[in-house]
Amino acid sequence: MTAVPELAGLTWVRVCEVDAVLRGGGVAALLADGTQVAVFRTQHDEFFALSNRDPFSGAAVLSRGIVGDVGGVPVVASPVYKQQFDLTSGVCVEDGGVRVRTFPVRVADGVVHVGSP
Amino acid sequence: MSRTVVVAGHGMVAHRLVEAIRSEDTDGQWRIVVLGEERRPAYDRVALTSYVDGWDAGALALPGADYAGADAVELRLGDPVVEVDRAAKRVVTAFGHVQPYDALVLATGSRPFVPPVPGHDLPGCFVYRTIEDLDAIRAAVERARAGRGRPAAAVVGGGLLGLEAAKALRDMGLSPHVVEMAPRLMPLQVDQGGGALLRRLITDLGLTVHTGTSTEAIEADRGRLCARLGNGTELDVDLVVFSAGVRPRDDLARQCGLDLGERGGVLVDAACRTSDPDIYAIGECAALEGRVYGLVAPGYSMAEVAAAVLLGRDAAFPGADTSTKLKLMGVDVASFGDAHATTEGALEVAFHDAVNGTYKKLVVSENAGASRTLLGGVLVGDASDYNLLRSLVGSPLPADAAAMLAPAGADGGAVGVDALPEQAQICSCNAVTKGAIVKAVTEDGCDSVPKIKACTRAGTSCGSCVPMLGKLLTACGVEQSTALCEHFAVSRAELFEIVRATRITTFSELIAKHGKGSGCAICKPAVASILASLGTGHVLDGERATLQDTNDRFLANLQRNGTYSVVPRIPGGEITPDKLIVLGEVAKEFGLYTKITGGQRIDLFGATVEALPRIWRRLVDAGFESGHAYGKALRTVKSCVGSTWCRYGVQDSVGLAIALELRYRGLRSPHKLKSAVSGCARECAEARGKDFGIIATEQGWNLYVCGNGGATPRHADLLVSDVDTDTLVRIIDRFLMFYIRTADRLQRTASWLEDLEGGLDHLREVVVDDKLGICAELEAAMAEHVANYADEWKGVLDDPEKLARFTSFVNAPGVPDPTVEFRTEREQPVPVLLGVPEVVSR
Repeated sequence: MTAVPELAGLTWVRVCEVDAVLRGGGVAALLADGTQVAVFRTQHDEFFALSNRDPFSGAAVLSRGIVGDVGGVPVVASPVYKQQFDLTSGVCVEDGGVRVRTFPVRVADGVVHVGSP
Repeated sequence: MSRTVVVAGHGMVAHRLVEAIRSEDTDGQWRIVVLGEERRPAYDRVALTSYVDGWDAGALALPGADYAGADAVELRLGDPVVEVDRAAKRVVTAFGHVQPYDALVLATGSRPFVPPVPGHDLPGCFVYRTIEDLDAIRAAVERARAGRGRPAAAVVGGGLLGLEAAKALRDMGLSPHVVEMAPRLMPLQVDQGGGALLRRLITDLGLTVHTGTSTEAIEADRGRLCARLGNGTELDVDLVVFSAGVRPRDDLARQCGLDLGERGGVLVDAACRTSDPDIYAIGECAALEGRVYGLVAPGYSMAEVAAAVLLGRDAAFPGADTSTKLKLMGVDVASFGDAHATTEGALEVAFHDAVNGTYKKLVVSENAGASRTLLGGVLVGDASDYNLLRSLVGSPLPADAAAMLAPAGADGGAVGVDALPEQAQICSCNAVTKGAIVKAVTEDGCDSVPKIKACTRAGTSCGSCVPMLGKLLTACGVEQSTALCEHFAVSRAELFEIVRATRITTFSELIAKHGKGSGCAICKPAVASILASLGTGHVLDGERATLQDTNDRFLANLQRNGTYSVVPRIPGGEITPDKLIVLGEVAKEFGLYTKITGGQRIDLFGATVEALPRIWRRLVDAGFESGHAYGKALRTVKSCVGSTWCRYGVQDSVGLAIALELRYRGLRSPHKLKSAVSGCARECAEARGKDFGIIATEQGWNLYVCGNGGATPRHADLLVSDVDTDTLVRIIDRFLMFYIRTADRLQRTASWLEDLEGGLDHLREVVVDDKLGICAELEAAMAEHVANYADEWKGVLDDPEKLARFTSFVNAPGVPDPTVEFRTEREQPVPVLLGVPEVVSR
């Protein structure tokens, strides 16, 4: 893992090459502190990152959910009980009171990075 | 201190009476003693003919008819009342038991009427009333089969019951003769025109009909029987079934001096009371205000009335609707209201379509214009308008009578539901009116047929009004969407046809051309399943991997802690010791929890994503392949041990189960598919709880379809009987492919059949009789599947690109999810729960 220091208080952690994330798919990354981040790539090549932990089951599996959209808003559906999470905000579509953590994500030179505080 | 009501007889009506008293008698006024003649509790006699489908008496059982746990009810079977002592208020049974009563309810039903022709009591002559009657007929058919030539039977009586008996005999493989004295079949229900068409349709089905003639004599003839008819015809048959109507069993009333009806039956008033105030009569033995009803619905009404009166309430028989609708061997027959135009001045309007085999007649009042009302009618060949028309009886005609008979779709044809009055009964089983349904839609927010069903109970019994519920929704302005999801405006079945016709092989192209947006967790797996059903490559090829639910994406079953379980295929549940040892070794090596599944396989739990390929390397090398426990696909074909070992088995059920499982393995479908094969009628493999189940017979195999276990169990229906293995496989091929093409997403075969217009008969027409001419195509599609099958797991192990995706972390391959932990329970690893989730899932 290569850490790229940038911006105050944010460390960009290299995750993988762009091609390792299928269009409309997701992968999980393990940060140095044990945090698990789910990185998604939409049909339009936008990248988003959420906590990999599904709040409804406690299992670290969100990266294995199906990526799609609800009325144009990109979402991932948890593979456990199928709740959907807005990729831009982490808010649960079915239960607005539930939200998973989001992470900044960027692509530089064909490599995906997530921002870790 | 409670009083005792004695119920003489335990048929459907008696059972309804007991249930009614039990549910209303909250302060325990009555102790109920039921004295039945038959040795089994009340059963569904109306469905008696279906007993032939599987010879399973349990399938006719009425729920709760043994009154288990009901202290206030004593059920004594096989010991009928033979004497009533009104002065002492007690009855005596055949075994000589004396039972005092405070109230007595006669519910002795009726007996088959056997015309007193010479020879009517010869061996080989039967009646058609009880399960035992059918058992006796079956035994006679078996004996006849053992003899020379094709067995034959004559049915005396061409009414409702006679045609039911003929159907039962036909289902046993005979081509019966039906002899009816009247000039037409079902003379009570249909008119001359309807009878003529009915005769033609029934004859097409292999029955021989003799109308307008009597049975003069039955004679024994060299080990068989000869039935001599009044018109000179002689029928050489092995058995004769008398089903020429029934007579009320009023002997007890006769013996104890109660008043009788003019044409028999225990005379009762509208409160079901006989001439003795402590004695009641209900059902087919009663002559209510002089009239005997031979149908179960009026009997049920009488049971409700008698129960209410016994509990001290005023109640009176509400009058009976003798309308009838039934399907005889696939032929619709219905009559309602004044079907024979006996009302003074009644006029008839008939529409006879000999080409399409339909006959419809309406009987209307003579007044002209808007005050012309519908009085009744007859429908043969197509009774789809029955509910609608019957609900209109007594109401002004919403349209010209002739226009109402025109086929739907024709100009000005068939009246719509919007023309119905509010009080029209849409669901006659549960007495739900159009007004109640409209209210449910407009006020209670029911916007789908299932919601209307849940809210009003309409359509929850026989289901024949379900199409009308849909039309009412439309009439109320509710659009019923069959759209798969927000991305595809078409149904799954339509999408399947689009993919099949356009030969599109990717989701991106499909959604770009036929959908919108980027897809979701509904349409992506549905399309993946369609593509897989059409056999277009590995389920994890390229973009396809992102369409799959996690189970299909990792070819294993996700468990609650994020690990997966592995189920190798064990066809038919047969496994060698060596393979068993391999499973044990793999489980030990990878620390997996093992459990035997309900599908006769072994499930290995607790595999992390990165362990899956290593586990499967071992399994594939040992000769295992994917069991598709993770897929909407064929799961297993269970089997009992069959004729190889079992003393009772009549066919090799294990061999067939293995052959079927290997034939259909890997077949993707709208939902999971389960199957089983039983080697004899004892049904140890529980085949009738499966999507397709096979039960061995002496002659071959019986195929049952659309069964289900789970939350809404459903016994599978008999599709074909006594077929050889080749025929069986051909019909299963067609059945599965037809289901795959037409079912909704995640719709099991059981609910698919429920939604299928025309139900089981239509299914049989399509996959057995090839009415749509698509069977060759369905078979070809299955042949292609069989030819192209390849093990999905082997496909992964052979492809480095696919293998690379089996990692928990893209930036740390080989590192398992650190949050997954195990503890030991009963000597096996089980997951440590992952803390309390932040939210509770509902």
